[in-house]
Amino acid sequence: MKYFLLFFAVIMAISARSAQAQTDLIEQGKTLFRAADCAACHLSSDGQTLSGGKAFSLPFGTVYAVNITPDRETGIGAYTDEQWLRMMRTGVDRNERHLYPVMPYTSYTFLNDADTLAIKAYLFTLKPVQAKAPENRLPFPFNQRWVMTFWNWFNNPNRRMTTDPHRTPEWNRGAYLVEALGHCDQCHTPRNFMFGLSGKAYAGTVQVGWRAYNLTSDTEHGLGGWSDSELFEYLSTGYAPHRGPASGPMAEAIKNSLRYLPAEDIRAMIVYLRSIPARSNGPQRGKRVPGASGENEDVGRHIFQQACMGCHLENGAGRQSDWGALEGAHSLSDPAATNIIAVLRTGTSIKTEHGKMAMPSFTKAYTPQELTAISEYLLDHFGGIQAPIKPESFKN
Amino acid sequence: MITIRVNNESHQLDVTDDMPLLWVLRDILGLTGTKYGCGVAQCGACTIHIDGIPARACQLPVSLIGDRHITTIEAIGNTKEGARIQAAWLQNQVIQCGYCQSGQIMAATALLRDNPNPTDDDIDDAMSGNICRCGTYVRIREAIHQAANNA
Amino acid sequence: MPKPRDIGAVLNRRAFFQGSLALGGGMLLSGMIPGLPGAQADTGGVFNPNAFIRIDRSGGITLIMRHAEMGQGIYTGIAMLIAEELEVDLEQVVLEAAPADPSRYTDSAAGEEVTGGSASTRDSWLPLRQAGAAARIMLVAAAAARWNVLPKSCAAQHGQIIHVLTGRTLSYGDLAEEAALQKVPEKIILKDPSTFRLIGTSPQRLDTKPKSNGTAIFGMDVRVPGMKIGRIMASPVQGGRLISYDSVAVRAIAGVVDIITLPDVIAVIGDHSWAAIKGLEAANPQWDPGPHAAVSTKILMDDLRRASDRTGLVAKNTGDVDAALAACSHQIDAVYELPFLAHAALEPINTTLHIRPDGADVWVGTQVPVRARQEVANATGLPPEKIAIHNHVIGGGFGRRLDSGSIGQAARLAKQISYPVKLFWTREEDIQQDQFRPFYYDRISAGLNKQRRIAAWKHRTTGSYVTTRWAPEGLQNGLDTDTVDGATETPYAIPAQRNESVQCEPEGLTTLWWRGVGPTHNIFVVEGMIDELAHLAETDPLDFRRSMLGHSPRGLKVLNEAASKSGWGTPLPAGHGRGIALHYSFQTWAATVLEVRVTRDNDIRLIWADTAVDCGPIVFPDAIKAQIQGGLIFGLTMALYNEITVTNGRVDQSNFHDYRMMRINEAPDIRVHLVPDLSADIGGIGEVGTVAAAPALANAIFAATGRRLRRIPFVPQIAGKST
Repeated sequence: MKYFLLFFAVIMAISARSAQAQTDLIEQGKTLFRAADCAACHLSSDGQTLSGGKAFSLPFGTVYAVNITPDRETGIGAYTDEQWLRMMRTGVDRNERHLYPVMPYTSYTFLNDADTLAIKAYLFTLKPVQAKAPENRLPFPFNQRWVMTFWNWFNNPNRRMTTDPHRTPEWNRGAYLVEALGHCDQCHTPRNFMFGLSGKAYAGTVQVGWRAYNLTSDTEHGLGGWSDSELFEYLSTGYAPHRGPASGPMAEAIKNSLRYLPAEDIRAMIVYLRSIPARSNGPQRGKRVPGASGENEDVGRHIFQQACMGCHLENGAGRQSDWGALEGAHSLSDPAATNIIAVLRTGTSIKTEHGKMAMPSFTKAYTPQELTAISEYLLDHFGGIQAPIKPESFKN
Repeated sequence: MITIRVNNESHQLDVTDDMPLLWVLRDILGLTGTKYGCGVAQCGACTIHIDGIPARACQLPVSLIGDRHITTIEAIGNTKEGARIQAAWLQNQVIQCGYCQSGQIMAATALLRDNPNPTDDDIDDAMSGNICRCGTYVRIREAIHQAANNA
Repeated sequence: MPKPRDIGAVLNRRAFFQGSLALGGGMLLSGMIPGLPGAQADTGGVFNPNAFIRIDRSGGITLIMRHAEMGQGIYTGIAMLIAEELEVDLEQVVLEAAPADPSRYTDSAAGEEVTGGSASTRDSWLPLRQAGAAARIMLVAAAAARWNVLPKSCAAQHGQIIHVLTGRTLSYGDLAEEAALQKVPEKIILKDPSTFRLIGTSPQRLDTKPKSNGTAIFGMDVRVPGMKIGRIMASPVQGGRLISYDSVAVRAIAGVVDIITLPDVIAVIGDHSWAAIKGLEAANPQWDPGPHAAVSTKILMDDLRRASDRTGLVAKNTGDVDAALAACSHQIDAVYELPFLAHAALEPINTTLHIRPDGADVWVGTQVPVRARQEVANATGLPPEKIAIHNHVIGGGFGRRLDSGSIGQAARLAKQISYPVKLFWTREEDIQQDQFRPFYYDRISAGLNKQRRIAAWKHRTTGSYVTTRWAPEGLQNGLDTDTVDGATETPYAIPAQRNESVQCEPEGLTTLWWRGVGPTHNIFVVEGMIDELAHLAETDPLDFRRSMLGHSPRGLKVLNEAASKSGWGTPLPAGHGRGIALHYSFQTWAATVLEVRVTRDNDIRLIWADTAVDCGPIVFPDAIKAQIQGGLIFGLTMALYNEITVTNGRVDQSNFHDYRMMRINEAPDIRVHLVPDLSADIGGIGEVGTVAAAPALANAIFAATGRRLRRIPFVPQIAGKST
């Protein structure tokens, strides 16, 4: 009896330990899942589950995010660890089908085994949702998934990240967060003719209608002019004084991912970002255009007073909160007004410790001409530049 | 616990950080003069003053207020400009249904404080964030001019 | 019987039926002086001569308002009518909203306790002065009895009775008890208008001081002890069903108290609105959209277009219109279209209720208190007399509070809980679940004879019949006269005219009255078409109208007044244009001239408007001006910007970022000129301004650009198009 009890106690201890290990694994997986910002693409339209469905309009067609809940039929529930590792690194799913590189496996490929599987372990704890992603809409030849084999030869490094012994541990941690988990380059690095990432790492580019800014150390277009504390605040809250708020996809990255990262991780990312060589790439500041319509300027100002000043104030200082403080934002001196157009078209929202801060889309109440006028007004009033914007930018 | 100062009184609140000031005023402090119209800072019916600057209470999380001082429509008459605006509003019979007018009066009071002699354009600039569905705009302009002249 | 002209007339017809039914029941006298008690009850020392006046011993004078105050100034207007004859000052009275009580507060002209159809002053003009006079006569009689003098030696003024010879006075409070014992006078002689102290003046409005300092209590502001607050969300597609919601997530929100549902509704109740708002977001309700999931604006418009090919109910037929058209030398065939519209009153829908096993209290701003009470009775099974409706000032009505469905919805929810609850709709819910002004699709053909006069006029309107749902007994042989109000009786002499109306109900949407009702719809079509014909006749639009107004001297008068005050005919800068519109609506004549400027980029700027009004006798001139100013802006907002559209059965618009409201920096200066014919019947005013807005604007844009707009809203149509 005594032995039996002892035996029982040992069993209990072991299982308790393994249960603890399992909990730790899932907790770690959740942290990594957030750092990898899987939700950015896979969150359902109601924002409640990871059942996918979001459409990505790409130069070569439309691709839909898949369901990554553990539903066996429509989700990832049937993946073995081996299949999972292969999918995350080579972009080949368990049915031997090639994924399209909207899925950033060319970044996730840098993740180590333990981290990759921890993400899977976390996802497997979620409630399975039955939801089949819509069929991608791609013309020939892009609908031929095997073409991706060749694409991968050129574009997927397919290797794990190794520690650079010449760099500090902090830098190495930053590299892992930026390159592997955060897959920042997927938006911030210009793509090549194959839609792969070009050699101009982090030089900034326009993706899905939004300008992802230059993250290199360039002082004019990149982060060279930002202080560490500005970067820290921006990455962890979505706002830094005189830099404007994050909006669009960057606001989502902060909402779903960056705001959960521990401070030391954000600091590590900054260390790494600082080491990216400068590339002077970005929108050229517009020049004064003679003969711009004074009347249109009036229209822009009037609409700003009606619909915008309630949150932004005339001087752009933000009325209720910093997340409405436009002044200093990079987007206001981009003569193409890419992000102004995008935010007016689609709106934006960000989560903060003070609650959700959101701006709606204004395309239903105002005409393309009026939205053009307001974009031009914003560029002039805040960016000090006059640049003509085309009303077509606001037409669907 | 969050402490805020409203109309010269301190209040201790047991609410979440994200609760907009609008609902604190209306539902917790019982100051229902500040109205809910849109919830997205488009209509201005919830305009209050925060250290004298007009703000939309529906978009102002209570945790962002800190030690800044809130003034609502219930107390704006204690200020010189507020009393003048309220008097001009009544004298010009601006008000129809009245639902937006707390916000209009708060916006106009701030305008008058910053600009004792506003032109029509100044009035349009300052008041365009406040919707009046009854269409009292013509009289809002007149009343602000009158309040300015009565200084 | 006069031609029905508005929803007041729709109601009128009901009143006729109900009056007939009540003939045997001793109601006739109360038809003369509404709300007159049949017999003197034990008044406990309070003088309560009729349903509108209460004078207590301490001198408190309370006037009871059977019409809802929603900004139109009716509380002041009606108080003036009563106070004029009661001989009290406005400073002496306190106002109180009437309860739901059809036996005392039925508007005898409307047949219901209702505020709408620009009818409140019209329907109060005589009876509420009589109510005041009856009370005065009884107070005089009481004083005369006390002093033992002849009543005619006594005079009433400023709330007291004076014995003229001796100068003795008694206050109304002093006389309350004895006045209550006097006989209700059978014959009432009203004051001569030349002796009016109040009527025709512009006193300080009685409702606005509390609205200027935050103390006015709108329905949304009601707070009762123990009250919780709930946010309501109904199926976004009409006819849909609630399938599921995340109750765990709701309960995780701080301050959430309850979740209650109906088959197509979910409400989350909290200690405060924020808990309710966040709770409902967390609930993430899933809906089965039901049978209307495929409805779109295109489908609804195709339905209307097809329906408009049918011959409709004939509302007017004079002369042989087809022959007359065939004989015309010039003809225009046009289609005019008016979109679905939301009311977008600034105060969203809300109802506060406390439903108990033995009765209920309901605090709400409503234009129809008796319907509201019936809704609650139907929902709860309580007898109506156990339900108290406490009516509040309304943060904008515009027709929206003529429907009581939201009160029934709130009652069906509130009866599931025992505590008092305020249930409200967010702005998004208020727009998406609104009952919309119908879409109208109007075909019109008209022709000129060789003398360039209108010889033939054929107008067929197609749209929803609000009356069918709202007051079916008001239909006239199946015809909803509101759909042709303003179309059949134009101010102009037209020898051959046919008006038809085709009913076509929109699938998956409910329709309702909207400010200006029939005339807002038809005057756009009629006055647009008149302008088109003037252009076709190569005649100035003002002269063209004048030439056809031989039978409408009051019409000619307001037209000339508006034209001369606006400087019609004087030169304008390039890009500017003036538009004119004339109409007779709600028994009021009005003409508006609007000047606009259209920029090179086709941005429309409203410069100013002049409106001349003849509404007969005038009670409160400043309120008339205010209603014209506000009404015009209401109509111009719609004409420039507004349209409700539908995709997959859901309304596309949701808040002011996508359903645009005019702002102060777009509003024109508006001058109102009163040219009353004091001998005419009194007219309505609350909707008159709105009616002229769209046609005056369309005509002004034509004058400025040569572009004819036949579809509302205008801005999306002309923006970006080069002129």
